[in-house]
Amino acid sequence: MKVKSPLEVYNFLPRTNCKECGYDTCMSFASHVLDRSAKVYDCKPLARDAEKDPKVKEKLDKLVELTSPEIAEVLIGVGEKALKIGGEEVLHRHELTFFNPTAFFFDVWDTLDDKKIEERCKRVVDYKKFYVGKYLTLDGFAVRCTSNDPKRFREVAKKVASYGKPMVLIALNPECMKSALEEVANQRPLIYAATESNWKEFMKLALDYKVPVTIRAKDLNTLKSIAVTFKSAGIKDIVLDPVTEPLGEGLQGTFERVIQLRRKAILDGDKDVAYPIMITPISAWLIEGDEVTKAYWEAVIAGMFIVKYGDAMIFHSIDQHVVMPTLTLRFNIYTDPRTPVQVAAGLRELNNPGPDDPVFLTTNFALTYYTVENDLNSAKIKGWLLVVNTEGIGVEASVAGGKLTAAKVKEIIEETKIAEKVNHRYLVIPGLAARLQGSIEDETGWKVLVGPIDSGRIKGWMEKNWPPKK
Amino acid sequence: MVAKYKLEDLLELLKNYNVERLEDVKIEGDLEIEIEGGSGVDISSLTALYTLLNEFRYFFYHTSMALNYLQRISTVLGVPSPFQVAPVAPAVAPAPQPTAPPVPELKLPEKLVEAKFEPVKVEYPGYIEEVVLGATRADGGTRDYVVKLGGEKSLPFYIFDKPQPNLPAIAIDVFDRPPSLAKAVKVHYEDVIGSPAEWAKKCVKKFGADMVTIHLVSTDPLLENTPASEAVKVIEDVLQAVKCPIIIGGCGNKDKDPEVLEKAAEVCEGERVMLASATLDMDWERICNAAKKYGHAVLSWTQMDINNQKTLNRYLLKRAQMPRNSIVMDPTTAALGYGLDYAFTNMERIRISGLKGDTDLNFPISSGTTNAWGAREAWMAESPLEGDTPWGPRELRGPIWEIITGLTLSLAGVDVFMMMHPLAVAVLKEIFNTLGGKKKGGIADAGKWITAEV
Repeated sequence: MKVKSPLEVYNFLPRTNCKECGYDTCMSFASHVLDRSAKVYDCKPLARDAEKDPKVKEKLDKLVELTSPEIAEVLIGVGEKALKIGGEEVLHRHELTFFNPTAFFFDVWDTLDDKKIEERCKRVVDYKKFYVGKYLTLDGFAVRCTSNDPKRFREVAKKVASYGKPMVLIALNPECMKSALEEVANQRPLIYAATESNWKEFMKLALDYKVPVTIRAKDLNTLKSIAVTFKSAGIKDIVLDPVTEPLGEGLQGTFERVIQLRRKAILDGDKDVAYPIMITPISAWLIEGDEVTKAYWEAVIAGMFIVKYGDAMIFHSIDQHVVMPTLTLRFNIYTDPRTPVQVAAGLRELNNPGPDDPVFLTTNFALTYYTVENDLNSAKIKGWLLVVNTEGIGVEASVAGGKLTAAKVKEIIEETKIAEKVNHRYLVIPGLAARLQGSIEDETGWKVLVGPIDSGRIKGWMEKNWPPKK
Repeated sequence: MVAKYKLEDLLELLKNYNVERLEDVKIEGDLEIEIEGGSGVDISSLTALYTLLNEFRYFFYHTSMALNYLQRISTVLGVPSPFQVAPVAPAVAPAPQPTAPPVPELKLPEKLVEAKFEPVKVEYPGYIEEVVLGATRADGGTRDYVVKLGGEKSLPFYIFDKPQPNLPAIAIDVFDRPPSLAKAVKVHYEDVIGSPAEWAKKCVKKFGADMVTIHLVSTDPLLENTPASEAVKVIEDVLQAVKCPIIIGGCGNKDKDPEVLEKAAEVCEGERVMLASATLDMDWERICNAAKKYGHAVLSWTQMDINNQKTLNRYLLKRAQMPRNSIVMDPTTAALGYGLDYAFTNMERIRISGLKGDTDLNFPISSGTTNAWGAREAWMAESPLEGDTPWGPRELRGPIWEIITGLTLSLAGVDVFMMMHPLAVAVLKEIFNTLGGKKKGGIADAGKWITAEV
């Protein structure tokens, strides 16, 4: 974003504090535009007047230009499931935040028989992993033309499209690509890839079918040249693939190319390379070795470039030892560091608890809280859950750092009036807070039971320890 | 035949090329452009006009808009955007007749617009201190080799900016009492648990550790409460058993650790070990004094807070007078999925501050990567949640959890990893050697996956 202070945005606004945008003042709105939590078009008076008055339109366009992200934002797919990639502003997440998480596309190839294709697609569509209060899912498909047969590729693209997820279409042969596009262009797939040898045909395909296009070249001069050429032809939705080499010097070179591309765009403001970056961890499947070695190396390549600037990725493996760590890493790296991940402190009632049911205790770190809440729900345990405000810090660290103390426990017991809701005085604390047992008993007069170290084991613990032996 | 056009006229002409919303454009300038008569529009004039307009674009907003239209029209006419190319001899591409209504056929660039990619060079004013662990006979110790940590002048593995003098080292954990370990880890150490010397040997000989960390956990008052003088005997065994540099860990009790580490420093005299750790809430001065007296390094450990790290480092430097080449920092490692984002960003900020010249923070970084095994995804047999897709075999999940945790933090700037799973150790080494430029070769055709069944 070219503007650096809210005042620069403010000067473009009507300055009437009309509140139509949902913020109290134009200045407040301006600061939200600056941190990208509001869009310029949310200023309704500006948007309305722009429709009537060309002068205002100029102003609006100028503001949109000034506040557009450093890295172009590219949309893949249509409707609610469409993915936005790119749109980044910074090189290091602590400088602001990273915005659009790396999109994960999973390999489906057209020489696979139909039944296997369906199996793979279903695995991708059905995938879910609970994390911090919601399920993580997989983004889309990468449909590869391994048959070199336009008819078959088209058929498989159509089949995969029916699962309703965004797609990358992969074929270097323009005939094959054209054939698939005739069928699924309306799904706005990303096409992969224009190269030094087929760029003319791919340029035409991107224009004719109005789809985003990937440019693939190891040489950054060539990559930039094709991007500049495409831009001059009016193509805006470009993704750059500097070629993921999976091993040795090749991988080291890939690391360098990716960093140089992103640095050039952010530090030098070179718009000719300010596009999302495509990484292909699937390349790991070219190395020698058994399936686990290849899968591990695929996760390693993905991990490397989730941290460093990969905006879209193509995976071969859909096994958990590749998917789970990379999906989790993506979530971590793309978490906004400006907002602490915490939930409100207080009392939660799980599964309609009664006066004889146990009282549990946890912290307000979102990850801890949701993990505990889900484990208790999943095990169908009735109980009362006290959530202590540890300023968004987990159990172990908050005990060590003095954010979870006997005094805080006493406070939450009094605030929530939990003593009036149960007819016992037993408190179950996390195993990682075991050392607070004595001090909590002294401070509160409640009997403290030390629960398991991981709440995933709460069910077994309950069978042995609840109701407590007198 | 040369006709003189005003910009307005030209724009009027351009209307014929289906340029939309041209009516909105008003021209406030009085530019004159020469256009060759004859069949349509001469391309070179467009190019010249383009250049001219470009010069004025900052003065005349409308001109700038006209420029945009021109850019589009030049595309329509089949001229590679003149923005990138210097005006050349008149192109021969036949321009379509300006006789609307039929939309002129889209004419696309025939040649690549040559563009040069000039990489950005980034240099930092500061550097990371180099800390040597271990001492060979020449330096009064009995180690076979030393391990050097730090010394960077650029971000980790940015060897295209500056060479990286030392790649990250790996120390495997050894405990003086049976620890509770995840099953996937335990199977590799079952035969040596109970014998720290044998354990250390296995780490070095079989699993390729650069160093070992001997954790004197039994000194914990809540466990065996082994007296310091007795606990340190284990260190002597380990020093005998392996010839790599070693790290000595306490039990984490703030009252006991200074005593234990002081004693450890004494028995390790001359070996240049690292004492782990000094923290804000313990007698760090006592630990530092012992380190200075017997020639060791100290690990400065804080709980994921850059300001606390700065404070503790200052205490060690200013009050305890620790030499700059004898401090390593542990800003705390959280596992993938369990606060790794905080750990990563905290370390990355510390590293960048150090490189930018903050001399309170420019020390090598250590990571307790074994913490990755605290994540349930690493050790639990199956998801405790019904809704989850089955988690798959934990033997495969565990090591990759440690690998990705380590890999992520290596990109933040970690110089020494304390780890446990042999496969994780091997894979991380491979990664460091690869990104550090020590691996030759690669895959000949990296594009083969595009069309092949893999």
